Amino acid sequence: MSITKIEIITRPEKLEELKEAMNAIAVAGMTVTQVYGCGLQKGHKEIYRGKEVAINLVPKVKVEIVICEVPVEKVLETAKRVCRTGNVGDGKIFVYSLDNAVRIRTGEEGESAIIDPKS
Amino acid sequence: MKKFWSILGLCLMLVVLLAPVALADDAPPAPAAIDTGDTAFVLVSAALVMLMTPGLAFFYGGMVRTKNVLSVIMQSFFIVALISVQWVLWGYTLSFGTDINGLIGGLNYLGLTGVGADPMSSTSTIPHLAFMIFQAMFAVITPALITGAFAERMKFPAFVVFTLIWATIIYDPVAHWVWGGGWLATLGVLDFAGGTVVHILSGVSGLVIALMLGKRKGHGSEIMLPHHLPMTVLGASLLWFGWFGFNAGSALGANGLAANAFVTTNTAAAAATLSWVVTEWLHHGKPTVLGAASGAVAGLVAITPAAGFVAPLPSVIIGLLGGIICYFAVSFVKAKVGYDDALDAFGVHGVGGTWGALATGLFASKEINSAGFDGLFFGNPQQLGIQFIGVIASWAVAIIGTYLIIKVIGLFMKIRVDDDQESNGLDITEHGERSYAQDFQAGSPILHHVSLSQPSSVTTPVSSNS
Repeated sequence: MSITKIEIITRPEKLEELKEAMNAIAVAGMTVTQVYGCGLQKGHKEIYRGKEVAINLVPKVKVEIVICEVPVEKVLETAKRVCRTGNVGDGKIFVYSLDNAVRIRTGEEGESAIIDPKS
Repeated sequence: MKKFWSILGLCLMLVVLLAPVALADDAPPAPAAIDTGDTAFVLVSAALVMLMTPGLAFFYGGMVRTKNVLSVIMQSFFIVALISVQWVLWGYTLSFGTDINGLIGGLNYLGLTGVGADPMSSTSTIPHLAFMIFQAMFAVITPALITGAFAERMKFPAFVVFTLIWATIIYDPVAHWVWGGGWLATLGVLDFAGGTVVHILSGVSGLVIALMLGKRKGHGSEIMLPHHLPMTVLGASLLWFGWFGFNAGSALGANGLAANAFVTTNTAAAAATLSWVVTEWLHHGKPTVLGAASGAVAGLVAITPAAGFVAPLPSVIIGLLGGIICYFAVSFVKAKVGYDDALDAFGVHGVGGTWGALATGLFASKEINSAGFDGLFFGNPQQLGIQFIGVIASWAVAIIGTYLIIKVIGLFMKIRVDDDQESNGLDITEHGERSYAQDFQAGSPILHHVSLSQPSSVTTPVSSNS
């Protein structure tokens, strides 16, 4: 089994739904960051005292998930299903393979650092 | 630098110590009847005007970036203290002391000698001290208005020295010209509550400093957004509230004239709010909150010189046009000419004050205030010319005076913060404090990645992944 990191960048309003869906497929942990980004979505215009300002970085959330037992395909399918609205700005998913992982509390390395010991 | 401060300190001490000795033999003014209602009204009005300066601090504070909020708020708040003391020691006497050739007040009220519980003249119905403290609040807010022009880039020590000298050699004499029996008063210039003295002086001086200091670092390439517009609206509301003291209080009595000024003030503020919002809405497609707050202040500025000379109906016109004129000053003229009047001290106060002073020459009526004159629309076209002279004189003093003050203090101290300071923000580098806990959303570093009107050229950590 290899360790994989999946990075999902998507709409902030999808965060709760995504979290629940990941829990449902036994993804044990995640790290969430507020980010700003741009892509096909063009941002918006703001007006301050008659001066127009183009804001092209839109707020998104970045959800980082590291897995080994749960199939990558299952995570991707779930994330796609939850986050898709069909409009530009739905976001991107990136998949990386990791060399190692460490659970700081116990010093465990590799897969055992990722797997939820209770399950 | 050290020497400068010790000399300044020594002078202050001498003034305090010697004033009562030198002037003790002055005859007390002839006692007149004090009206308790008038006195109560003027004292409360003075308190209302005092609140305007902290209100202005919020109005301006909300419009700057997170890293400079405290520096802007501190400038206004510090001025309340600085000018309150300056006014008691020598400011009041320069404005309202016995007239010297129509140019400046004599030193007979130095350190408030002879300014007491009795009225200052036989026509006054309030204690001299009440009049003095009411005027003190005007002297306080005027230099605070200027701070909007040089926000986010002026060194604090230079700001303090500039403010003290500016108040002494620009505000105090011009207040004397218009209100203290000086040459503009003799000429017949009408300025009820400070269109020329307060708003033209501060706005035009602001423009001069903005030009001399240069633009903020990154102006035009970096996005500089107001960091907290609700704070700005709170400030505008406090200004509007305090302005009732400013304008109605300028009647110096609880009477019909005060009521007239109260109504014209509110009406013009409301009319300008409407016209600014609608103009911006038509022009850019959105009714903005910052536009509403700015329009209110523009209307208040425009009605200030006219409040006690015009009827409520003309105040609607003064307000409506005031909102539109100031909107175009900040959105077109500023962009075309290219100066960085950071918070539009000139666009709102300089331009609005000029419009108000001239509008007074159009709409003034002796029916409203028998102590005033008729304007152009009431059969007295000369009044417009006289108002024009008042405007030109105020502009000239503000331009020449501010230029000289900045040049001279520039010889002794640094006026503009250095590049590093500007990048890190004045809150931390000038005051050693931060306004907000460090936080991803409010602690603007991330916002600096936003670029101005160039959708395609932005690269960020996020997109570089793809």
